[in-house]
Amino acid sequence: MKEIKFENLKSGSNLEKVLVSGQFACTGEIGPPTYASFEEIDKHAREMKGKVDSINFTDNQTAVVRLSSWAASLRLIYEHGMEPNLQVVCRDRNRLAIQSDLLGAYAHGIRNVLCLSGDHQTFGSSPGCKGVYDVDSVQLISMLKRLRDDGCFECGAECKINPKFFIGCAENPFGDPFEFRAIRLEKKIEAGADFVQTQCILDMERFELFMEKVRELGLHKRAFICAGLMPVKSPRMARYMQTGVPGMLVSEEFCQRLEKAEDPKAEAVNITVEYIKRCRQIEGVAGVHIMAVAWESIVPTVIEKAGLLPRPTF
Amino acid sequence: MIVAERKPVEKVLEMIAPYKKVLIAGCYGCVTVCLAGGEKEVGILASQIRLARNKAGNPIEVVEQTVERQCDAEYLAKFQDNVSKVEAVVSLACGIGIQYLAEKSPVPVFPGVNTLFLGANIDVGKWEERCFACGDCVLDKTGGICPIARCSKSLLNGPCGGSQYGKCEVSKDVDCGWQLIYDRLKALGQLDKLKEIIPAKNWKRDKGPRKLVREELTLERD
Ligand code: SF4
Ligand code: SF4
Repeated sequence: MKEIKFENLKSGSNLEKVLVSGQFACTGEIGPPTYASFEEIDKHAREMKGKVDSINFTDNQTAVVRLSSWAASLRLIYEHGMEPNLQVVCRDRNRLAIQSDLLGAYAHGIRNVLCLSGDHQTFGSSPGCKGVYDVDSVQLISMLKRLRDDGCFECGAECKINPKFFIGCAENPFGDPFEFRAIRLEKKIEAGADFVQTQCILDMERFELFMEKVRELGLHKRAFICAGLMPVKSPRMARYMQTGVPGMLVSEEFCQRLEKAEDPKAEAVNITVEYIKRCRQIEGVAGVHIMAVAWESIVPTVIEKAGLLPRPTF
Repeated sequence: MIVAERKPVEKVLEMIAPYKKVLIAGCYGCVTVCLAGGEKEVGILASQIRLARNKAGNPIEVVEQTVERQCDAEYLAKFQDNVSKVEAVVSLACGIGIQYLAEKSPVPVFPGVNTLFLGANIDVGKWEERCFACGDCVLDKTGGICPIARCSKSLLNGPCGGSQYGKCEVSKDVDCGWQLIYDRLKALGQLDKLKEIIPAKNWKRDKGPRKLVREELTLERD
């Protein structure tokens, strides 16, 4: 492969290089365990090695206490030589703690950060705890951009060696008010988001509508938009997500395909591969982010079948 | 108004178990309006206490008194007489009134209510939070609907991903504050306001308990 000369990279992360060089990105995700061991993370990291450009580590997802996302990220770097995408939610830390964690994360070599509000604490293991929400996700993005581009902390004080992150955000095309979703994304991009990973798409039509709005606002030219996808292995889970998960839309077609399939797991792979191919056709989609919650081992198969291998190296 | 609810009688009985003579102190302010600590509730609690203690063979003398506002020194003075005759006080005022009375009382003062929030009476028997007293009101930017009190995450720049069908991700019984803001701004033709990025807030917790001093009103002027 011919060598690409990169200029003015923001972070120099592998993910950034893939996206900047115009190649279709492909990232994975691992939810850290609720116990003090890297065993499972190691297993999934080995499975995904060479198959994804970067791996997200969720930050106490669904507000359940889990091994911290930065610790998991470091494991990925040091033990597996792979690139993490550190998720940071606003629920558990104030601006002081977040900035402190991120100085450490950067010093250790973490380059991608995904900024999120975080699921409300009421869903999780400590529903009576005090949610922090000192800053929201848009403010968190601004904070990281300022740290990177102006070399100063939120308070305005100088940061001598400032972390230069590739700043990510999430957006949910399936939440309401729908008309506000693209505008909210615009705010995040305005605040400094370089890339976007969407909530998982289980309703392709709605996502296409969302992307129309995104293009109207020209957002796809200002940030890299990666489509979130989730292989759902059982029809029961699909139905649950259709009715029981706030902010999620699951098309009837999606559920029925799984229900009618003789082998729902194989069908789940087919659907995901199909969706990846459809996403590649949508103008403004720069990559896919595959969240195989509790089914991480399937990610390599999906990626291979979708024709996304080999992954670029630099 | 400040919204409060009565503590269970058993809790109050526990607090005053060692005493033989107590004052139940009510307030004609917010707690009267939200039916938690006015004259009527003072009477009810007093009877409940007398009954329970009689039944337990441990009678108690209960004095009842309600004043205009327990958060005001002028009215608190009215308790002086009764406070000097009892061994303990149960205040049915909000947390502020309870503390203020405790500051002035030689005997222990106990809370007879749980102070809940700053809210409004939205329907018969229903109260809802409306303000967190954040100290820097942003209602001008959000169509008059408070994102801090009415969004479960106090988000300032729009709805999280859990907002759906007008409801908040925490419960189908809770309206999404940001959906309300969106609808209101749309009705006002001010949707462009949503594009503004509201910066991280100064929560104004930098000097301990918050204070307000208006020089023009203080008595220490030259
Ligand atoms: S913004 Fe909300 S919490 Fe702050 S003063 Fe206004 S209504 Fe109260
Ligand atoms: S669903 Fe709405 S009210 Fe609930 S946390 Fe999200 S934005 Fe706030």
